[in-house]
Amino acid sequence: MIKNIRLLIIFINCFIFKMKPDISTHIGPIFIDNPTILASGILGISIQVFDRIYSSGAGAVVTKSISVMPSDGYNGPSLFSVGGDGWLNAIGLSNPGVDNFSKILNQNTKIPIIVSLVGSHSVDFITMVKKLHNSKILAYELNLSCPHVEKVGLDVGDDPELVYDIVKKIKSVTNTPIIAKIGLGSINYLDTIHAACDGGINAITAINTLRAMSIDIDAMRPILGNKIGGLSGRPIKTIAIRCVYEISSRYDIPIIGCGGISDWSDAVEFILAGASAVQIGSIINNKWMKIFSDINLGLINYMTKKNFTNIGEMVGISTKF
Amino acid sequence: MKWLESLRNFNKPHLCKIEKIINETPTIRTLIFSDQIMSNSLPGQFAMVWIPGINELPMSVMVSTKQNKAAFTVRKQGFSSTSLYNAKLGQYIGIRGPYGNNFNIKSGKLLLVGGGTGLVPLMRLLKFVNSSHDITLIIGASTKTEVCFEDLANLLLKNNTHHVITTTIDGTYGHKGLVTDVMSDLLHETTFNGVYTCGPELMMLNVVKMALSKHIFVQASIERIMKCGVGICGSCSMNDNLVCKDGTVFNGLYLLENDEFGCTYRNKSGSIENYTSKV
Repeated sequence: MIKNIRLLIIFINCFIFKMKPDISTHIGPIFIDNPTILASGILGISIQVFDRIYSSGAGAVVTKSISVMPSDGYNGPSLFSVGGDGWLNAIGLSNPGVDNFSKILNQNTKIPIIVSLVGSHSVDFITMVKKLHNSKILAYELNLSCPHVEKVGLDVGDDPELVYDIVKKIKSVTNTPIIAKIGLGSINYLDTIHAACDGGINAITAINTLRAMSIDIDAMRPILGNKIGGLSGRPIKTIAIRCVYEISSRYDIPIIGCGGISDWSDAVEFILAGASAVQIGSIINNKWMKIFSDINLGLINYMTKKNFTNIGEMVGISTKF
Repeated sequence: MKWLESLRNFNKPHLCKIEKIINETPTIRTLIFSDQIMSNSLPGQFAMVWIPGINELPMSVMVSTKQNKAAFTVRKQGFSSTSLYNAKLGQYIGIRGPYGNNFNIKSGKLLLVGGGTGLVPLMRLLKFVNSSHDITLIIGASTKTEVCFEDLANLLLKNNTHHVITTTIDGTYGHKGLVTDVMSDLLHETTFNGVYTCGPELMMLNVVKMALSKHIFVQASIERIMKCGVGICGSCSMNDNLVCKDGTVFNGLYLLENDEFGCTYRNKSGSIENYTSKV
């Protein structure tokens, strides 16, 4: 009902009053009211917090990466600033596990939730997908790119055959759309995308945090509890833009851009590079939950100025150059 | 070098040397260090404290009677807090913050109710009262040897009309019973312009209920597991609130509508557990 009202408002705005461009977007089979999505790992374990983020203007939310068993994550420091709106983190994929999380998801009635899954092999993923079978889920996002936990994340993403196997087998047990979140590991990331596409993936999220480290020169030791973590935020934006542009230029696959998006102009840049939607993460510390509506408003103003009527017209325009 | 301090990236651990250690009780110690930013933190704010090689913990910033100094008061409980408790003089700890909001201090007659290390933000609150405030502080402890901050409270309130009341559960010092027993008696005799509390959550739940039943403004400083402290990781989710960013201080009226307050908390994995099964 609420979704219908939102669509009606968009319709009235676009076609009757011709006031605002349409910022709803299709990511393959996934449709969302606007292209701003909460990135995985950020604030993602409480249905009430999801509701607050959705009410603040996000088009969808991605959960923390869920594993078969609960995980406490690493000892701290788990996250700190490296300056310039850049953050280094090694939370360690803490999550309540699929059984507890399915209870949380069962409370969902209206929020477009994308469930991030993390595992080592296809059995892990299939176990979780089967357990979440009755939950109200918009899509699954496979975490093939966490850079600081062994045997999962990038360790899986760096093995294209394993990626193909996982995607193919999940597709055989669910009709829910599947997104692969990829990162920059030890192999050419395009090989991972190729394998995921061959397996039947519906969309790609690019990119995850970049494997990084920081040492305190007074303590003379790594700061993160796990020593190595992932760099996120503004410093990785240009790398993420390059990846989205490369994927968009080579593959006919919908892309969700992620990495250092801090305002509406960053979101526009990702869309012009080939993204159909964007994920917002680190900047939430700075701009809190109003970042979603801020970006949407900026997008509408930009599209009005440039005479775009919908997001689809903008996606990947820069790839012709 | 005030300008240098102001340029500091307060979201990155900054190393400080422990300059003084006070044994408050057999299980509680206060570690004092020099840091201008922390010395100016507001009552209810916290810092993320890095014990190199061990862990990082959220700690309410304790008051120091000396200028440009601040402190953390820690009870040895788990591995990480015991490591901080055992920190030696001259040892370095990393500090980032301060984070979170602070108590809204009303004028007039105030009641402060705290238990154990929950007294820390209330001690800092005492630094921010003015001479016109009439303060009643109820200090709760399990037994005589665990009573702390009584002398410090009297020192900080020397220019105020004030009453410091201690309670112990076993009756070995002060009033026998719970802080809420004393509070109940006080509310029968007099009224207050504001009530401020920090300590075990079930204690705070009762304090909030009692204050609101008399239509008194009440705030509580809430504790949850925090990993980032900056509204990113979600560990401290309490219903639709992030305690690190929306709190740690919440109004009592708001808390009573929050069905997790006094009932449940999240463990390190984010799973919900009951307070009642913990007590």
